[in-house]
Amino acid sequence: MKDKKHGGRPRLSPICNEMKLDFPSHSKNESFARAAAGAFIASLDPTASELSDIKCALSEAVTNCTVHAYPDKIGTIRLEIKLREDGTVILTVKDKGVGISDIAKAREPLFTTDAAGERSGMGFTVMEGFSDSIKISSKPGKGTTVTLTRKLSGKRTS
Amino acid sequence: MIKSNCRYRFTATPEGLVVSVSGEIDHHSASGMRREVDNIIWNRTPTHLILDMSEVEFMDSSGLGFIMGRYALMREIGGSLSLRNPSPVVMKMLTMTGFDKKVRIINTVFN
Ligand SMILES: Nc1ncnc2c1ncn2[C@@H]1O[C@H](COP(=O)(O)OP(=O)(O)OP(=O)(O)O)[C@@H](O)[C@H]1O
Ligand SMILES: [Mg+2]
Repeated sequence: MKDKKHGGRPRLSPICNEMKLDFPSHSKNESFARAAAGAFIASLDPTASELSDIKCALSEAVTNCTVHAYPDKIGTIRLEIKLREDGTVILTVKDKGVGISDIAKAREPLFTTDAAGERSGMGFTVMEGFSDSIKISSKPGKGTTVTLTRKLSGKRTS
Repeated sequence: MIKSNCRYRFTATPEGLVVSVSGEIDHHSASGMRREVDNIIWNRTPTHLILDMSEVEFMDSSGLGFIMGRYALMREIGGSLSLRNPSPVVMKMLTMTGFDKKVRIINTVFN
Protein backbone atom coordinates (compact mmCIF):
# COMPACT_ATOMS: atom_id res chain seq x y z
CA MET A 1 0.00 0.00 0.00
CA LYS A 2 2.75 2.37 0.95
CA ASP A 3 4.59 1.64 -2.27
CA LYS A 4 1.53 2.50 -4.29
CA LYS A 5 1.00 5.74 -2.44
CA HIS A 6 4.54 6.95 -2.95
CA GLY A 7 4.73 5.83 -6.57
CA GLY A 8 8.27 5.86 -7.92
CA ARG A 9 9.64 8.25 -5.32
CA PRO A 10 11.96 6.93 -2.62
CA ARG A 11 9.93 5.80 0.33
CA LEU A 12 10.14 8.08 3.34
CA SER A 13 10.57 6.74 6.81
CA PRO A 14 7.26 6.92 8.72
CA ILE A 15 6.46 9.83 11.03
CA CYS A 16 6.75 8.56 14.61
CA ASN A 17 5.85 11.72 16.54
CA GLU A 18 4.60 15.22 15.85
CA MET A 19 3.62 18.43 17.63
CA LYS A 20 2.12 21.82 16.90
CA LEU A 21 2.51 24.98 18.92
CA ASP A 22 1.03 28.44 18.41
CA PHE A 23 2.50 31.34 20.34
CA PRO A 24 2.53 35.14 20.08
CA SER A 25 5.55 36.82 18.51
CA HIS A 26 6.94 38.27 21.76
CA SER A 27 10.73 38.17 21.62
CA LYS A 28 10.84 36.33 24.95
CA ASN A 29 9.21 33.38 23.16
CA GLU A 30 12.37 32.82 21.10
CA SER A 31 13.96 30.97 24.01
CA PHE A 32 10.67 29.25 24.79
CA ALA A 33 10.47 27.89 21.22
CA ARG A 34 14.03 26.56 21.45
CA ALA A 35 13.39 24.89 24.79
CA ALA A 36 10.11 23.35 23.60
CA ALA A 37 11.74 21.99 20.44
CA GLY A 38 14.70 20.67 22.40
CA ALA A 39 12.44 18.81 24.81
CA PHE A 40 10.40 17.32 21.97
CA ILE A 41 13.39 16.22 19.89
CA ALA A 42 15.09 14.68 22.94
CA SER A 43 13.17 11.43 22.32
CA LEU A 44 15.30 10.89 19.19
CA ASP A 45 18.49 10.99 21.25
CA PRO A 46 20.31 13.75 19.40
CA THR A 47 23.93 14.53 20.20
CA ALA A 48 24.60 17.77 22.07
CA SER A 49 25.94 19.36 18.92
CA GLU A 50 22.98 18.26 16.78
CA LEU A 51 20.61 19.68 19.37
CA SER A 52 22.45 22.97 19.49
CA ASP A 53 22.48 23.23 15.66
CA ILE A 54 18.75 22.59 15.46
CA LYS A 55 17.97 25.07 18.22
CA CYS A 56 20.04 27.70 16.47
CA ALA A 57 18.35 27.16 13.09
CA LEU A 58 14.94 27.29 14.77
CA SER A 59 15.89 30.44 16.65
CA GLU A 60 16.70 32.12 13.32
CA ALA A 61 13.33 31.24 11.83
CA VAL A 62 11.37 32.31 14.92
CA THR A 63 13.32 35.56 15.30
CA ASN A 64 12.58 36.43 11.67
CA CYS A 65 8.87 36.20 12.48
CA THR A 66 9.28 38.44 15.53
CA VAL A 67 11.42 41.01 13.76
CA HIS A 68 10.36 40.97 10.10
CA ALA A 69 6.99 39.24 9.70
CA TYR A 70 5.26 41.30 12.38
CA PRO A 71 7.31 44.51 12.57
CA ASP A 72 4.83 46.67 14.46
CA LYS A 73 2.44 44.21 16.03
CA ILE A 74 2.26 40.90 17.80
CA GLY A 75 1.13 38.08 15.52
CA THR A 76 0.94 34.33 15.83
CA ILE A 77 3.89 32.07 15.13
CA ARG A 78 3.18 28.42 14.47
CA LEU A 79 5.85 25.83 15.11
CA GLU A 80 5.35 22.29 13.86
CA ILE A 81 7.80 19.48 14.43
CA LYS A 82 7.62 16.05 12.85
CA LEU A 83 9.98 13.23 13.67
CA ARG A 84 10.62 10.30 11.36
CA GLU A 85 11.60 6.85 12.58
CA ASP A 86 14.96 7.13 10.82
CA GLY A 87 15.86 10.16 12.96
CA THR A 88 14.82 12.92 10.58
CA VAL A 89 13.61 16.12 12.23
CA ILE A 90 11.29 18.37 10.22
CA LEU A 91 10.72 21.83 11.65
CA THR A 92 8.14 24.17 10.17
CA VAL A 93 7.83 27.80 11.24
CA LYS A 94 4.86 29.68 9.86
CA ASP A 95 3.70 33.27 10.14
CA LYS A 96 0.89 35.36 8.67
CA GLY A 97 2.98 38.48 8.44
CA VAL A 98 4.26 40.77 5.70
CA GLY A 99 5.83 38.04 3.55
CA ILE A 100 8.99 38.12 1.43
CA SER A 101 8.86 39.57 -2.09
CA ASP A 102 12.23 38.25 -3.29
CA ILE A 103 13.20 34.99 -1.58
CA ALA A 104 16.44 34.51 -3.53
CA LYS A 105 17.61 37.96 -2.46
CA ALA A 106 16.56 37.34 1.16
CA ARG A 107 18.71 34.19 1.25
CA GLU A 108 21.89 35.98 0.19
CA PRO A 109 24.48 36.25 2.96
CA LEU A 110 24.57 39.71 4.58
CA PHE A 111 21.28 40.73 2.98
CA THR A 112 18.97 42.45 5.43
CA THR A 113 16.06 44.85 5.10
CA ASP A 114 16.70 46.03 8.63
CA ALA A 115 19.44 48.59 7.97
CA ALA A 116 18.43 50.76 10.92
CA GLY A 117 18.61 47.93 13.41
CA GLU A 118 21.47 45.63 14.12
CA ARG A 119 20.88 42.58 12.00
CA SER A 120 23.78 40.80 10.36
CA GLY A 121 21.75 39.36 7.47
CA MET A 122 23.05 35.87 8.21
CA GLY A 123 19.86 34.18 9.44
CA PHE A 124 19.10 32.16 6.30
CA THR A 125 22.79 31.31 5.88
CA VAL A 126 22.80 29.89 9.40
CA MET A 127 19.56 27.94 8.78
CA GLU A 128 21.12 26.45 5.63
CA GLY A 129 24.33 25.59 7.42
CA PHE A 130 22.59 23.83 10.28
CA SER A 131 20.10 21.80 8.27
CA ASP A 132 20.16 19.33 5.38
CA SER A 133 17.50 21.17 3.44
CA ILE A 134 15.49 24.35 3.68
CA LYS A 135 12.24 25.27 1.95
CA ILE A 136 10.88 28.79 2.00
CA SER A 137 7.49 29.75 0.64
CA SER A 138 6.07 33.21 0.98
CA LYS A 139 3.40 35.56 -0.33
CA PRO A 140 3.72 39.28 0.24
CA GLY A 141 0.97 40.40 2.60
CA LYS A 142 0.03 36.80 3.41
CA GLY A 143 2.94 35.30 5.29
CA THR A 144 5.92 33.00 5.20
CA THR A 145 6.58 29.33 5.86
CA VAL A 146 10.07 27.98 6.44
CA THR A 147 10.68 24.23 6.60
CA LEU A 148 13.99 22.91 7.86
CA THR A 149 14.99 19.26 7.70
CA ARG A 150 17.87 17.67 9.53
CA LYS A 151 18.65 13.98 9.78
CA LEU A 152 20.28 12.94 13.01
CA SER A 153 23.24 10.65 12.81
CA GLY A 154 24.08 7.76 15.03
CA LYS A 155 22.09 5.08 16.73
CA ARG A 156 18.55 5.83 17.79
CA THR A 157 17.10 4.32 20.92
CA SER A 158 13.57 4.81 19.41
CA MET B 1 13.34 35.54 39.64
CA ILE B 2 15.72 35.14 36.73
CA LYS B 3 14.38 37.38 34.00
CA SER B 4 16.89 36.67 31.32
CA ASN B 5 18.87 33.60 30.37
CA CYS B 6 21.75 35.90 29.41
CA ARG B 7 24.00 37.55 31.99
CA TYR B 8 26.95 39.91 31.66
CA ARG B 9 29.33 41.81 33.89
CA PHE B 10 31.88 44.55 33.36
CA THR B 11 35.48 44.57 34.59
CA ALA B 12 38.04 47.30 34.00
CA THR B 13 41.44 45.74 33.29
CA PRO B 14 44.77 47.10 32.03
CA GLU B 15 44.01 45.47 28.65
CA GLY B 16 40.70 47.26 28.36
CA LEU B 17 37.08 47.11 29.42
CA VAL B 18 35.99 43.49 29.65
CA VAL B 19 32.37 42.47 29.16
CA SER B 20 31.94 38.85 30.24
CA VAL B 21 28.81 37.35 28.73
CA SER B 22 27.27 34.08 29.83
CA GLY B 23 24.15 32.12 28.92
CA GLU B 24 22.10 32.55 25.77
CA ILE B 25 22.45 35.37 23.25
CA ASP B 26 19.41 35.79 21.03
CA HIS B 27 17.47 38.76 19.67
CA HIS B 28 15.56 39.11 22.95
CA SER B 29 18.55 39.07 25.28
CA ALA B 30 20.84 40.99 22.91
CA SER B 31 18.62 44.07 22.79
CA GLY B 32 18.80 44.67 26.56
CA MET B 33 22.50 43.91 26.71
CA ARG B 34 23.19 46.21 23.78
CA ARG B 35 21.66 49.24 25.57
CA GLU B 36 23.71 48.71 28.72
CA VAL B 37 26.98 47.97 26.97
CA ASP B 38 26.59 51.02 24.74
CA ASN B 39 25.88 53.21 27.77
CA ILE B 40 29.10 52.05 29.38
CA ILE B 41 31.05 52.57 26.17
CA TRP B 42 29.78 56.15 25.85
CA ASN B 43 30.45 56.89 29.52
CA ARG B 44 33.91 55.38 29.81
CA THR B 45 35.10 55.60 26.20
CA PRO B 46 37.54 52.68 26.59
CA THR B 47 40.25 52.32 23.96
CA HIS B 48 39.69 48.61 23.91
CA LEU B 49 36.58 46.54 24.47
CA ILE B 50 37.01 42.84 25.17
CA LEU B 51 33.96 40.62 24.85
CA ASP B 52 34.69 37.51 26.89
CA MET B 53 32.48 34.81 25.38
CA SER B 54 33.84 31.75 27.15
CA GLU B 55 30.58 31.12 28.99
CA VAL B 56 28.13 31.62 26.15
CA GLU B 57 25.98 28.51 25.82
CA PHE B 58 23.85 29.61 22.90
CA MET B 59 24.20 32.24 20.21
CA ASP B 60 22.33 32.86 16.95
CA SER B 61 22.83 35.54 14.30
CA SER B 62 21.52 38.18 16.71
CA GLY B 63 24.80 37.62 18.57
CA LEU B 64 26.72 38.34 15.38
CA GLY B 65 24.73 41.56 15.02
CA PHE B 66 25.54 42.42 18.62
CA ILE B 67 29.27 41.86 18.08
CA MET B 68 29.40 43.81 14.81
CA GLY B 69 27.36 46.66 16.31
CA ARG B 70 29.81 47.07 19.21
CA TYR B 71 32.70 46.72 16.76
CA ALA B 72 31.30 49.65 14.75
CA LEU B 73 30.73 51.74 17.86
CA MET B 74 34.26 51.13 19.17
CA ARG B 75 35.67 52.23 15.83
CA GLU B 76 33.48 55.30 15.91
CA ILE B 77 35.05 56.40 19.20
CA GLY B 78 38.53 55.56 17.94
CA GLY B 79 38.90 52.30 19.85
CA SER B 80 38.92 48.61 18.99
CA LEU B 81 37.16 45.39 19.90
CA SER B 82 38.23 41.82 20.39
CA LEU B 83 36.55 38.59 21.35
CA ARG B 84 38.15 36.56 24.11
CA ASN B 85 37.90 32.79 24.39
CA PRO B 86 34.77 32.21 22.33
CA SER B 87 32.98 29.05 23.48
CA PRO B 88 32.56 26.22 20.93
CA VAL B 89 29.03 27.33 19.95
CA VAL B 90 30.21 30.90 19.39
CA MET B 91 33.23 29.74 17.41
CA LYS B 92 31.05 27.49 15.24
CA MET B 93 28.83 30.45 14.45
CA LEU B 94 31.79 32.71 13.64
CA THR B 95 33.51 30.25 11.32
CA MET B 96 30.30 29.22 9.58
CA THR B 97 29.53 32.81 8.64
CA GLY B 98 33.12 33.92 8.01
CA PHE B 99 32.85 36.48 10.81
CA ASP B 100 35.97 34.96 12.40
CA LYS B 101 37.87 36.87 9.68
CA LYS B 102 36.21 40.15 10.57
CA VAL B 103 36.95 40.44 14.28
CA ARG B 104 40.04 39.87 16.37
CA ILE B 105 39.85 36.72 18.47
CA ILE B 106 42.10 36.22 21.48
CA ASN B 107 42.46 32.76 22.92
CA THR B 108 44.12 32.68 26.31
CA VAL B 109 44.99 29.47 28.07
CA PHE B 110 42.91 28.89 31.13
CA ASN B 111 42.49 25.92 33.43
N1 LIG C 1 9.34 35.54 8.25
C1 LIG C 1 9.71 36.60 7.49
N2 LIG C 1 8.78 37.51 7.10
C2 LIG C 1 9.14 38.58 6.34
N3 LIG C 1 10.41 38.81 5.92
C3 LIG C 1 11.37 37.94 6.27
C4 LIG C 1 11.08 36.79 7.08
N4 LIG C 1 12.22 36.10 7.25
C5 LIG C 1 13.18 36.78 6.60
N5 LIG C 1 12.69 37.89 6.00
C6 LIG C 1 13.44 38.85 5.15
O1 LIG C 1 14.63 38.22 4.72
C7 LIG C 1 15.78 39.00 5.10
C8 LIG C 1 16.95 38.08 5.41
O2 LIG C 1 16.69 37.28 6.57
P1 LIG C 1 17.91 36.76 7.45
O3 LIG C 1 17.38 36.03 8.61
O4 LIG C 1 18.87 36.03 6.56
O5 LIG C 1 18.66 38.10 7.89
P2 LIG C 1 18.17 39.17 8.98
O6 LIG C 1 17.04 38.63 9.78
O7 LIG C 1 17.92 40.45 8.27
O8 LIG C 1 19.46 39.32 9.89
P3 LIG C 1 19.92 38.26 11.05
O9 LIG C 1 19.10 37.01 10.89
O10 LIG C 1 21.35 38.02 10.79
O11 LIG C 1 19.68 38.94 12.33
C9 LIG C 1 15.29 39.85 6.26
O12 LIG C 1 16.05 41.04 6.40
C10 LIG C 1 13.84 40.11 5.88
O13 LIG C 1 13.74 41.17 4.96
MG1 LIG D 1 17.12 36.76 10.67
